[in-house]
Amino acid sequence: MSSATALSIAHVLAGALVLVSFMMLYQDRLSSVINVLALHAAVLGCAVGWQAYIQHAPELYITAGLALGFKAIVIPIALHRIVERFGIHRQVEAVGGISLTMLGGIGLVALSMVVMLRTAAHADALAREDVALALSVILLGMLMMVTRRNAVSQIAGFMSLENGLILAAAGAQGMPLVVEISVAFSVLIAFIVIGVFLFRIRERFDTVDSTALDAFRGEAS
Amino acid sequence: MNGLAFDAVIATIAIPAAAAGILAVVPSWRLAARLNVIASVLTIAAACLLLWHRPAPTTLFLIDDLNIVFLLLNGFVGCTTSLFSASYIAHELQTGHLTPRYLRFYHAMYQVMMVGMNLALITNNLGLMWFGVELATLSTVMMVGIYRTPASIEASWKYLILGSVGIALALFGTILVYLAAKPVLGTGMAAMQWSNLRHHAAALDPALLNVGFIFLLIGYGTKAGLVPMHAWLPDAHAEGPTPISAVLSGLLLNVALYAILRFKMVLAMSHATIEPGILMIGVGLLSLFFAALMLYRRRDIKRLFAYSSIEHMGIIAFAFGIGGPLGNIAGLLQMMMHSLTKSAIFFSVGHIAQAKGTQKIAAITGLTTSHPLLGWTLVAGVAAIAGLPPFGIFTSEFLLITSTFARAPVLAVLLGFGILLAFGALLLRMTTLCFGAPSEGSHPISASSVPIFLHLGIVLLIGLAMPAFLYAWFAHVATMLG
Repeated sequence: MSSATALSIAHVLAGALVLVSFMMLYQDRLSSVINVLALHAAVLGCAVGWQAYIQHAPELYITAGLALGFKAIVIPIALHRIVERFGIHRQVEAVGGISLTMLGGIGLVALSMVVMLRTAAHADALAREDVALALSVILLGMLMMVTRRNAVSQIAGFMSLENGLILAAAGAQGMPLVVEISVAFSVLIAFIVIGVFLFRIRERFDTVDSTALDAFRGEAS
Repeated sequence: MNGLAFDAVIATIAIPAAAAGILAVVPSWRLAARLNVIASVLTIAAACLLLWHRPAPTTLFLIDDLNIVFLLLNGFVGCTTSLFSASYIAHELQTGHLTPRYLRFYHAMYQVMMVGMNLALITNNLGLMWFGVELATLSTVMMVGIYRTPASIEASWKYLILGSVGIALALFGTILVYLAAKPVLGTGMAAMQWSNLRHHAAALDPALLNVGFIFLLIGYGTKAGLVPMHAWLPDAHAEGPTPISAVLSGLLLNVALYAILRFKMVLAMSHATIEPGILMIGVGLLSLFFAALMLYRRRDIKRLFAYSSIEHMGIIAFAFGIGGPLGNIAGLLQMMMHSLTKSAIFFSVGHIAQAKGTQKIAAITGLTTSHPLLGWTLVAGVAAIAGLPPFGIFTSEFLLITSTFARAPVLAVLLGFGILLAFGALLLRMTTLCFGAPSEGSHPISASSVPIFLHLGIVLLIGLAMPAFLYAWFAHVATMLG
């Protein structure tokens, strides 16, 4: 296979990740947010797997496997169970309108393209495109986190942000510790999800809407 | 002797790691508290060995003049805090705020946090440093939520989410720095080592370094509590156990700043990049003014001192932003003095909150009459943190303002005004807390005063007469920082 084809496939997969990030932005029900999150992780798994193949970096297959197994299957199942147990699977929540959020998202993607393609002008093509698209995914993840108030969709936003980071790390050829970093992130996500379970935010606050938490600020008196 | 020195480097993370494992299974909390102290003493002993036998940099570890002092400071404050923690948790058990099961978890997490911070300090590798900061953050998140009250759960949730975003951005910055270094240093570990990066800084891609530094400043700046990424800090300080407030303010903020400093060193060596100082001055002044104004409206005593930490992080970022030999010396001194003073204040405040059964400032008055020891140490601590002579913070702030006047008078005026604003708020609160008629409802309390006196004693000593070797060390590191 020519290197141009290899590059194009990597490019398409990374672009697909940005597209799925956009899909997540306009989901208004929690269960569909979680489904899109699973798709996001699956696309990431393919993108990283492809990187492992074209870079001849077998250790990246571990990262890809982690994305496909843990983030695309285990975590979404756990989140679905949280949402069901809390009885909020139909909850609609978004701050501001969907169209406004989408416009903001387009702006962020444009920004990251302009910034990264210029700054990484001297890096090799694969790394440059990957980092630019990865920054778009990261910024879209942050947008998701700030436009949603619900704890579960904030987790979804954070996970998509983190998927963008893994994409960037895999694209930076030969970067050491990528596998270790992806494992560390998976542990972090597991902690966050278990935290929601263990701290029983639902039981204590009667909602996982984090605006309700504001009432408990120590200085509310 | 290099073998011994290398073992000592490993020991600074191996001892707390082993201790964490043991403490997780020790059933008796008294024994656990003692073991916690012993592990902390052993860790600082290992760090002290490095003063005499410094190993050559390896792929993973690097001990140089910059990090050795932070390692020692980490060991020292970790040690005194473990002493304070032993007497603090005894009271928490009596009042039923904590159960022995949670304490086992608490002690193990305390040592995990030390592992994370020490790893971030001694490593030669950008990725490992990132991992160390993440580990320290996660363990403190869990300790902040340990009381399981709605307020503490909110605080730890907020800390977790903001901290995770910070960590993520810092990693993106790290990847960009790697990309900048890859063409020069080749793929693999070599392009992620501090020792190599500094050496080849001039050849690195400046555009990538610039953007990378912005991400790193925002990412690690979140951990350091710089405005506008500070929102987690007051909650985490106020709602967690007080020993954790002391190490958060005293150590974790320093470790995050240390990470920023390392990257700034690389940028300073490369002349094609933007001036990182301007960004740090801007963030620093913003933090200083924001925190100084917020100090006036605080009703919670731990929140008050948490905002004071933001204020000091702002001053420190400003000092390194101004840079130059004097600015850097002032910044380093301020970092040391702030961490010693602030942890001493939290030791006092922890016992005060236990003695009074509340953290509300309005419900605490006349401490010097009702609890002379705690009251007067708090007076001394607040005087020190507000920057009154003869304490060490006066020295560093004076140095900073005078050196800034010589280079940028307008900035010096702004800085001085910000410090005075904070000074006013702190003194105002201190007079109501410590003087006047004592408020009702206090419990007897057996305070451990040794850590408080030790910290304030050092701050006083350095304020009165800084030892020559310390000044020489500061001057040397200041030139490294550029």
